[in-house]
Amino acid sequence: MAAIDKHAGASLDATVMLASLGLILLCQLIGEAVVRGLGLPLPGPVLGLLLLLILLLARDRFALLARGPLRNDSIETASKGLLAHLSLLFVPAGVGVVQELDLLASHGIAIILVLALSVVVTLLATVLTFRLVSRLLKQQDAR
Amino acid sequence: MKDNPFSLWVYLSQSPLLWLTVTLLVYAATDAVSLATRRHPLANPVLHAMWIIGAFLLLTGTSYTTYFAGAQFVHFLLGPATVALAVPLYENRRRVVSSIVPMLVALVAGSVTAVVSVVLLAELAGLPRDVVLSLAPKSVTAGVAMGIAESLHADPSLAAVAVILTGIMGAIIVTPLMNRTGVTDYRARGFAAGLAAHGIGTARAFQVDEIAGVFSGIAMSLNALVTSFLVPLAVTLLVR
Repeated sequence: MAAIDKHAGASLDATVMLASLGLILLCQLIGEAVVRGLGLPLPGPVLGLLLLLILLLARDRFALLARGPLRNDSIETASKGLLAHLSLLFVPAGVGVVQELDLLASHGIAIILVLALSVVVTLLATVLTFRLVSRLLKQQDAR
Repeated sequence: MKDNPFSLWVYLSQSPLLWLTVTLLVYAATDAVSLATRRHPLANPVLHAMWIIGAFLLLTGTSYTTYFAGAQFVHFLLGPATVALAVPLYENRRRVVSSIVPMLVALVAGSVTAVVSVVLLAELAGLPRDVVLSLAPKSVTAGVAMGIAESLHADPSLAAVAVILTGIMGAIIVTPLMNRTGVTDYRARGFAAGLAAHGIGTARAFQVDEIAGVFSGIAMSLNALVTSFLVPLAVTLLVR
């Protein structure tokens, strides 16, 4: 009897995992549909991110929502699984560099230097602004 | 058929299965090397997977279109992974809300710097106009950058390549650069990584520190939004 219960538990977990992935896809789908429908200048998945965030926050407030994928950290586990190998997802687009070899042969060094300099300047501008503002705020709080 | 191994290759090289397998196995290998070097920046798994697979395609005379028919199943997951960023954001919501002001100011400073610096430098280097336009959205994630490039009548596939190159260089350089600036606040370091180097920077940030990863993911999402508005404006003002 205990063995049967265990088995039922495992298949329920698997179903909830599927439902979690389905919920992530559904958020993206709604995001894409709204962005297309209203002609918004933002990517669909970013709106999907906002939707899922709102769902998670709403779940804490309304116990009614805490079921299926929104219970027992199911959606959390599924999302972390997707994010665990975020780098991998960029490989197919990155291999697209083979289509641009002619351009890279003629302008490659200039392009790489421009991109490298720009990314360094951007990193510095962002991190230093962040630190400056958070220090100013801290000083203000201290006073 | 049986005694011709070449026909087997012809069959396999046209099937999505082979290219999906190659993508996963090569990445698994480069990621294992990255782990073995304790995530050394130069052992970036995307960089090495890219050139190994690219060289393999060139050597076997396989077109990118054929490769992508298999690899698209991995590429597709970029969208759901962006949605999934809601979870670390939710789990660290208190820290995020308490840093909202520095985040927004750094967002504006960083987005403007990213677009203006690349356009000015590219003009200075004397790159052709359509190349300058394709490089302009390089700090946002691939799908968004391609959309921006398209709306400017630039080259979306070059935009995607500029995005990936920027991401890899950002991911390689961010840790040594930040150590040199002496900034130890992982919120600020992560935010900069995601803003300048989108998802590849975010993947790097998660390797270094969970908080850095969360802030990187937020920066990447916010920057996608701001840059969509900023690039058309910057291009009208700065490009001859």
